[in-house]
Amino acid sequence: MSTVETAVDMRTSLGAVEIPSPVLTASGCSAFGQELEPFVDLAAVGALVTKSVQLRPRSGRPTPRMAETPSGMLNSIGLQGPGIDGLLADELPWLAERGARAFVSIAGTRVEDFAELAVRLRGVPGVLGLEVNISCPNVESRGEVFACDPVAASDVIAAVREAADPAHPVYAKLSPDVTDIVGVARAVAESGADGLSMINTLLGLVIDPDTMRPVLGGITGGLSGPAIRPVALRCVWQVHQALPGVPILGMGGIRSGLDALQFVLAGASAVSVGTAVFNDPSAVARVHEELAVALAERGFASLTEAVGYAHR
Amino acid sequence: MTDHDGDVGRLTSPAPRAAHPPVQRTVEVIGRRPVNAYVELTLAASDMAERAEPGQFVAFAIGGDTSALLLRRSIAISAAGDGVVSVVVSAAGPGSTWLTQRRVGDAVDVVGPLGRPFPAAPAGARALLVGGGYGAAALVGLAARLTAQGHGVDVVAGAASADRLCSVAELQGIADRVEVTTDDGSAGRPGRVTVAVDELLAGAGVVYACGPMPMLRTVADAASARGIPSYVAVEESMACGIGVCMTCVLPVVGEDGRTRFSRSCTEGPVFGGDRVRFADVGALTWDVVGADAMGVVQP
Repeated sequence: MSTVETAVDMRTSLGAVEIPSPVLTASGCSAFGQELEPFVDLAAVGALVTKSVQLRPRSGRPTPRMAETPSGMLNSIGLQGPGIDGLLADELPWLAERGARAFVSIAGTRVEDFAELAVRLRGVPGVLGLEVNISCPNVESRGEVFACDPVAASDVIAAVREAADPAHPVYAKLSPDVTDIVGVARAVAESGADGLSMINTLLGLVIDPDTMRPVLGGITGGLSGPAIRPVALRCVWQVHQALPGVPILGMGGIRSGLDALQFVLAGASAVSVGTAVFNDPSAVARVHEELAVALAERGFASLTEAVGYAHR
Repeated sequence: MTDHDGDVGRLTSPAPRAAHPPVQRTVEVIGRRPVNAYVELTLAASDMAERAEPGQFVAFAIGGDTSALLLRRSIAISAAGDGVVSVVVSAAGPGSTWLTQRRVGDAVDVVGPLGRPFPAAPAGARALLVGGGYGAAALVGLAARLTAQGHGVDVVAGAASADRLCSVAELQGIADRVEVTTDDGSAGRPGRVTVAVDELLAGAGVVYACGPMPMLRTVADAASARGIPSYVAVEESMACGIGVCMTCVLPVVGEDGRTRFSRSCTEGPVFGGDRVRFADVGALTWDVVGADAMGVVQP
């Protein structure tokens, strides 16, 4: 992959921590980073946002776990993962050896689970910060997604912020499946979130016309990909307008540098590339280069100058 | 025979990783030819051809940079060498149909070679290769390698009907014996592959199979029942092919005797035939590692 040198300063930060690129992987879309090594320079990626980790190993849901949809896909993985012990023993040391920054996504079913995970990750080499997944639609209690309730969401974020390494920025990952995302964003920001990750997948359904039954083993699943980009961008716009001081990690259907630029202009100070990685394993590096070129072409000397530009 | 605790009596070891990592390339289609009901595409892909081993696959991006079909299509490599890689594509849905419509001179974005190759045969063992439909294409390179290594090779190629057979002529040029079966009797012996497999198993020291899941299950069970190690290349639906999407998992018994949801792309597509829990595909049983965290516990 060729590197395009532009004069644009692409540095940004997650909370108070500076990162060299504003383009990150997205949780659940790049596993724990190892599989991308043949395709991208992992140390050059803004950060590797891990698949959500929980206290215990999880098998995830039975197959079928995936259905292709127009410009996107529906997934019902069910947070398959090694648990925090596996993450600490195998995945994080591997990333740290390569100089890659891990933004660890944590998930749980109780407030205490999240807090315990934050404690376990204190001071771990290579861990840049925490993304708190309070919005996965593929959990057992689908009606009880924390991010759908400002009070429940605040409880989790306050507990994590208190338990976490003070040097770790804590980002709350929000669901678009709410009536008032600004209300949830404000609640978690007031509870100590250092930033907001927006958005998680939208809950969706596909029925197989031949079997006349839902395609996914989990019946419903999370919709991702370019199909949801306008929804994600709207969420980022609304929240940045209401809370201009709260950093936003924007995501939802970003496939190109111009897609990423839209999120930056709407108010995101960094972006995650998710489902596009399935289509193009080098997408994270490519989007960085395309975004740098797009910023240069528009006369920006730095990424930070462009953050929220569309509001001004 | 492995001797790990909890894995006593298992006939196979998990297939080892490939020697080389995959690459992503935009490559030119240099050949296209209909093969019965399928289309064979030949690609100028020298670094993939150099790296590929029998049993591996490649993953195609569909429809260009702005395509609404985002997920890669993973297809077994049927031949690799002299700077070219070939695949046999069955037009099943819009993505595979798009692939079969590629013309000579078109460019395609390909990632590969991916997945774990077929492990070597035990010393001196006669090999039985069983291909179902276009799955037979994935056995051509394996048959050539085994023959070159001095192994005797028998092949059974089966399909629903004559037009769904694949790679029979290539295999006849390599193997000692090729038996053809069709469900409707339109070519070879009428019936499933089992009618020929049961005969040839007696002389086999190892079995390799590629094809639809029910066929793999039948062949693996027949081999295991006779104490013969078998390796199956599964065809699971994959979104990425490189191991990050977690959609292509199967319940597979590891060397520690425990069952995990294993990715068909990076931990397969080749699995020990006595390690895939065919009866539990599509289910979550309590003894899968991490099932307890999903609320599925031992009754």
